[in-house]
Amino acid sequence: MRRFYGVDLRDPLMLGTAQYPSPAILAEAFRVSGAGVATVSLRREGAGGAGQSFWAMIRELGVRVLPNTAGCHSVKEAVTTAHMAREVFDTPWIKLEVIGHTDSLQPDVFQLVEAARILTGEGFQVFPYCTEDLVVGERLLAAGCEVLMPWGAPIGSGRGLTNEYGLRALRSEFPDVPLVVDAGIGLPSHAARAMELGYDAVLLNTAVARAGDPVEMARAMALAARAGQSAYRADPIEPRDMATASTPVIGKAFLT
Amino acid sequence: MKIVLNGEPQEVEARSLAALLEEAGISGRVATAVNEAFVPSALRSRHMLAEGDRIEVVAPMQGG
Repeated sequence: MRRFYGVDLRDPLMLGTAQYPSPAILAEAFRVSGAGVATVSLRREGAGGAGQSFWAMIRELGVRVLPNTAGCHSVKEAVTTAHMAREVFDTPWIKLEVIGHTDSLQPDVFQLVEAARILTGEGFQVFPYCTEDLVVGERLLAAGCEVLMPWGAPIGSGRGLTNEYGLRALRSEFPDVPLVVDAGIGLPSHAARAMELGYDAVLLNTAVARAGDPVEMARAMALAARAGQSAYRADPIEPRDMATASTPVIGKAFLT
Repeated sequence: MKIVLNGEPQEVEARSLAALLEEAGISGRVATAVNEAFVPSALRSRHMLAEGDRIEVVAPMQGG
């Protein structure tokens, strides 16, 4: 089992905490899904202290917290945000996002590698939100990352695994590296497919939070991710073009 | 002294970053940056503010 910076995840589902209809529904989605990792963020705080009640609720979930650098567009911004997140959330884990394209929210992989190099040097355990590019993966690992998180499709698009070939190539190129499909998952079948490819987890938010019934969708995603994980471990058969009889022919009655 | 707190220009009495948080009524689990540079919580009382400083104070929030 591949470990995330020395941590065994009890479940292959990581869930975001944004966009739920209410805090109670968010908490129930975590409870029924068994998701062991929650992504969180940082935003400006005022005298009202809105962030403090959110933090209290997250702590009650009893899950591992993975803060992100969402919305950052430069190395400097991402590195400063990571430092703030480490202090607030008291964890070396950071989901490193450096966005390069406004409409697709595609990562700026050049700045991503540079930010990852700086942060790993400062003791962070970096979970880089990246593309499925093999060379980018290699550079991120050389920069000190021990996990890769390629997108399946643009954030919030729900399009699933748009480049399954690329994701499979990444899996076979880095057999020992924990890999997470982060972003783009819309349906449980997408989550199952990612896990069938041998990925170690899926990270999703919108598909659950914006579903008509987020709790039921969280349950479905968790079941699908576990099913895909079991299937990968079970070593599935290869598809073939022609039929092959599953019922033995020997001993069949001669009736013609 | 005029400073900018979370994007809002303000006139404040506070001289240090720690005093500014107190004056603004902000407490709990927050992180701070002054002029886009992170200031750890342990250094807030020693970090003196200057006219025109831009201060960011952030707290936990929902994220994906």
